[in-house]
Amino acid sequence: MTFTLAIRNLFHDRIRLVVTLVGILFSVVLVAIQLGLYTGARTMIISMIDRSNADLWVMAYGTKNFEEAQPISARARYAALSTPGVASATPLVAGFTDWRKPGGGSTLVVVIGADYDEGTLAPWNIVEGDLTGLGARDAVMIDRTYLDELGIKKVGDTAQVGASRVRVAGLTEGIRSFTVTPFVFTTFSRARSLLEMPADNITYVLVKLSDGADPQRVQEILRQRLPDNEVLTTAEFRDRSLNHWLFATGAGIALIGGAVLGLVVGTVIVAQTLYSSTKDHLTEFATLRALGSSSGYIHKVILAQAALSALLGYILGMAIALAVVWSTENSALPIMMTPWLAGLLLALTVAMCAVSAVSAIGKVMRIDPAMVFNR
Amino acid sequence: MMASETAEVVAPPTVVLEARNIVKELGQGAGKVRALKGVGLTLNAGELTLLMGPSGSGKTTLLSILGCILTPTEGTLTIAGQSTTGLSPEELARLRRRSIGFIFQSYNLFPTLTAEENVRIALDVRGERGSQATVLAQRALQRVGLRHKLKSYPSNLSGGEQQRVAVARALVGAPAVMLADEPTAALDSENGVAVMGLLAEIAKDKSRAVLAVTHDPRTFPFANRILRIEDGLIVGEERRAEGVETVHELARTRKRKANA
Repeated sequence: MTFTLAIRNLFHDRIRLVVTLVGILFSVVLVAIQLGLYTGARTMIISMIDRSNADLWVMAYGTKNFEEAQPISARARYAALSTPGVASATPLVAGFTDWRKPGGGSTLVVVIGADYDEGTLAPWNIVEGDLTGLGARDAVMIDRTYLDELGIKKVGDTAQVGASRVRVAGLTEGIRSFTVTPFVFTTFSRARSLLEMPADNITYVLVKLSDGADPQRVQEILRQRLPDNEVLTTAEFRDRSLNHWLFATGAGIALIGGAVLGLVVGTVIVAQTLYSSTKDHLTEFATLRALGSSSGYIHKVILAQAALSALLGYILGMAIALAVVWSTENSALPIMMTPWLAGLLLALTVAMCAVSAVSAIGKVMRIDPAMVFNR
Repeated sequence: MMASETAEVVAPPTVVLEARNIVKELGQGAGKVRALKGVGLTLNAGELTLLMGPSGSGKTTLLSILGCILTPTEGTLTIAGQSTTGLSPEELARLRRRSIGFIFQSYNLFPTLTAEENVRIALDVRGERGSQATVLAQRALQRVGLRHKLKSYPSNLSGGEQQRVAVARALVGAPAVMLADEPTAALDSENGVAVMGLLAEIAKDKSRAVLAVTHDPRTFPFANRILRIEDGLIVGEERRAEGVETVHELARTRKRKANA
């Protein structure tokens, strides 16, 4: 009957229920958006690194993230190839340059070039055209999200990058940059040309290890052989990029801070309404005490009220949050919702409502049961 | 023939509640008040006892102590053979749910629960659930004449009906002691008589004692015993000769007169 009593108490005062649910809903939506932005940002930051299939990355010293890398000598590739335990070492160039729109104006882009037949970092989620199309003269591939920003309407349109003309040979979907700078995929040699990079320069060497090779051991040898470069495992490079964008720049802290604020606001609203509901039903709780109910029985009623509020608020909040997620799906700054995040939000909502119940439980525990005789 | 085979043996009454030298001090420091100054009383099974006294005489404080809601400053209390001395709040709550039924002046029903649920909750706090609890709740409501109001909410019941639901709630756990606080104060004459008749009927159970705090003179005919409390002390006790059957007769006579 604790559940029955809880549900009846909740629905007895509809206005208070609405206030409670709006508080939880507001909190769920705010936290979902903040954490969804964080998840989206995280995915964008590490997508190139995770998609590389590399075990080790050779790069310029002090490289903080994928996009902002200085050139290194192309000889690093050969040093890597001659290292025991290395199965392949493929060069990759990446760098910022200007994209001049066909209709006028320009925007900054990140050009990424690799030899795709070597199984290295290649565009994915291709929705128009294919990788072989990049072999054609001036061919590049861009993401559908950035069509407007790049002044492109369809595959086949042309633009100018540096001093060279490029033609859009294919489109991807969902390959977005955290810096909101569009990625432009092309071949290794064309990228070097677009970036006006000297022939003996590259940006990264993506190293794949032979079966059974010890990554730490190979990493150590490579560090000794390439003292002017930095050699990181994929996990290390991923962590470094995340730390830079999310924590060194403060962007992630702002997002997490917003989520915490949402939780605090939600907790305060739910605590207020639950406390006031409990206060209104104080005589009933005193009657329960007089009837001989244990403290645990009364706690269960209040916690069931909190849990029910949490569940209802979560369902409504998630419905709105999913609509927001859906509306930003194709934007430059997508809000992402994963099953893990949905589970975390549910746990946070329940925890928030349980914490909110503490003040109400405290109030009930201070009841003088003799008040049942004084009404 | 032996004397024991010819004479009717009258068994001594079974004491279900015994309070000795109960003292209760309320407040602190200079504002401290001695609400009870050494009350002693017993409640016998099968009896309806009324506790009467002017406002501020200590009736409600005594009722709270006898119901294990307040603990006495001094004195001992034994209910259904168990001493309450040294019991923790949770142990006192256990004793309340096992041995004591309460009836309140304002009924104290849960407005969001039906009559049946209001009765069932008294079993629920004892851990008795399921169909057996439902059957017991329905039987208790049948006993107070509300079998047809099982699904009614308190707001749809008259004051008399609400108090009868409260009686059923107090009764359903088969407590050794039923304590009623001004059970007729909020009721009209007819409903007041009906509720007192019900309590007198319940008190006929030889395993149960009923104590009602009242100042309502309409309740006098129903009592087996009347205790008078003044200034924190029991100052008088009147044992009535009439049995419960006679009490019912009195009630019926009053009703006939009223109707005439």
